[in-house]
Amino acid sequence: MFSTLFDPLSLRSLAIEARCEFLRLLRAPGFSVPTLLFPLLSYLLFGIALGGGSRAGYHASHYLLASYSVFGVISPALFGFGVSVALERERGLLRLKRALPMPPANYLLAKLFMAMLFAVLIFFAMSLLAVLTAGVRLEVSQWIGLASVAILGVIPFCALGLFIGSWVNGQAAAAVVNMIYLPMAFMAGLAIPLFLLPQVLQSIAPIWPAYHLAQLAQAAIGQPSLGSVSNHILVLGGFAIVAFVAARRRMSRVDAVSA
Amino acid sequence: MTGTIVAQLDMACKRFGAVQALDRVNLSVRGAEVYALLGPNGAGKTTAISLLLGLTRPDSGEALLFGMPPQQLAARRRIGVMLQAATLPDTLRVAEHVALVRSYYPQPRSVADIAAMAGITDLLQRRYGKLSGGQQRRVQFALAICGRPELLFLDEPTVGMDTESRERFWHTVRGLVGDGCAVVLTTHYLEEAEALAHRVGVIVAGRLMAEGKLDEIRGRVAQRQIRCVSSLDAQRVQSWASVRSAERDGDWLNIHAVEAESVLRELLAADAHVRDIEVRRAGLAEAMSAITQEAA
Repeated sequence: MFSTLFDPLSLRSLAIEARCEFLRLLRAPGFSVPTLLFPLLSYLLFGIALGGGSRAGYHASHYLLASYSVFGVISPALFGFGVSVALERERGLLRLKRALPMPPANYLLAKLFMAMLFAVLIFFAMSLLAVLTAGVRLEVSQWIGLASVAILGVIPFCALGLFIGSWVNGQAAAAVVNMIYLPMAFMAGLAIPLFLLPQVLQSIAPIWPAYHLAQLAQAAIGQPSLGSVSNHILVLGGFAIVAFVAARRRMSRVDAVSA
Repeated sequence: MTGTIVAQLDMACKRFGAVQALDRVNLSVRGAEVYALLGPNGAGKTTAISLLLGLTRPDSGEALLFGMPPQQLAARRRIGVMLQAATLPDTLRVAEHVALVRSYYPQPRSVADIAAMAGITDLLQRRYGKLSGGQQRRVQFALAICGRPELLFLDEPTVGMDTESRERFWHTVRGLVGDGCAVVLTTHYLEEAEALAHRVGVIVAGRLMAEGKLDEIRGRVAQRQIRCVSSLDAQRVQSWASVRSAERDGDWLNIHAVEAESVLRELLAADAHVRDIEVRRAGLAEAMSAITQEAA
């Protein structure tokens, strides 16, 4: 598998596969419009219009840049994997690609790069908005840190999306992803800062993977954050591996039955 | 490549739950031949193709492509695939689909060649979702021939095509076969199998019930149908040697016989006024229904 992963033909094919995957979703307005606009509008509404206020090192415009960036980049990962994999399994495209000599790892790697590319766009637009309208100023190292969290942070949510896509059918996938995405974003403190949520939600927040990514993002820009950076990375990495392995097992079982 | 085996099932068995989808199937496809895999729905054609494409593994027995397990990329880089049930992404342009599938192969055909062969030159800049069903089939065929395949899997390739496109499609496939490409064809149109296939395999209830050259399979139903305008008594004709049945249909007399020649001699001798004689051999359709009934 690794020899075909890194041969020049497979790498070139991966670049084309990722480009097609990105263009396919960019041209689907039902996917790209909410994915790109939702975090920006949320930031405009909550971060700038209602925002302001700072206390004990907390700056609303900084803090919300980090949490809405996290909120934004999770979406293409969850929807891009969850809904696409469910539909492509159902509509025979995955079967065709497996029959064609597509290098096997490229199917998922292309989707991962698609999600990262959307994450770059979202992060760039969010940053521009924050700098121009909310006067956010960060150190270069803080920009780099936040960008890394936003872009690499898609990985565990790609794995979660893959897991969802391996279980549900194409019709239900979008609904299931929404039922997970929006409540999780709220309860992990992405929509409203965690310390403004009821105490019970604050105390269970660490069960959500989005909470750990959000804490990493706050830590990267020096906003108040909970827990240790290495712990968050461990939790997210472990979560990604478990979701990925479970999804692969499910998919190989389903394929064996339906082939 | 002619004569060498390019794809093979060797005693392949596959079970899905309580259903024995394939039962000890042996079949082999040789270079530069069109092999038509026929059989009723649910008989096991799709499972057989899935094994050959490496989409699933046999419970016992073996599936080989060019002597290799089909899971190996090196084997699949020598095939092209067109699957009826696959829906391609709507929002990509045809040229993007072609570029992507070309990238899977070490030495793909040029885009211009692919487009000309599949008849999609004027569709390249269109979005796939905006095409008609027949146009989409042509694009799927284009993707199947991207990689200069030595073996082409065509699954119901002309569903949704009009008669003219179908004829053009057959012409293109014959050209590819003439250049040495082998084809595994599954189709519900028996006329398509008759038009293209050199050899035929018939799967019924998971078992390969018949395999052979198209003429051999048709020959399994050793039957000629003779139709003529004659005043002869049907009962009398029925008593002739090699006649199986004779029926009157107005002025017409329909005779089913094992062979035509002796019947024609008797017919001409017995009725000086016989006219409009037609002799038809049993086709693949009759052979298929006979084989299917044998299996039941």
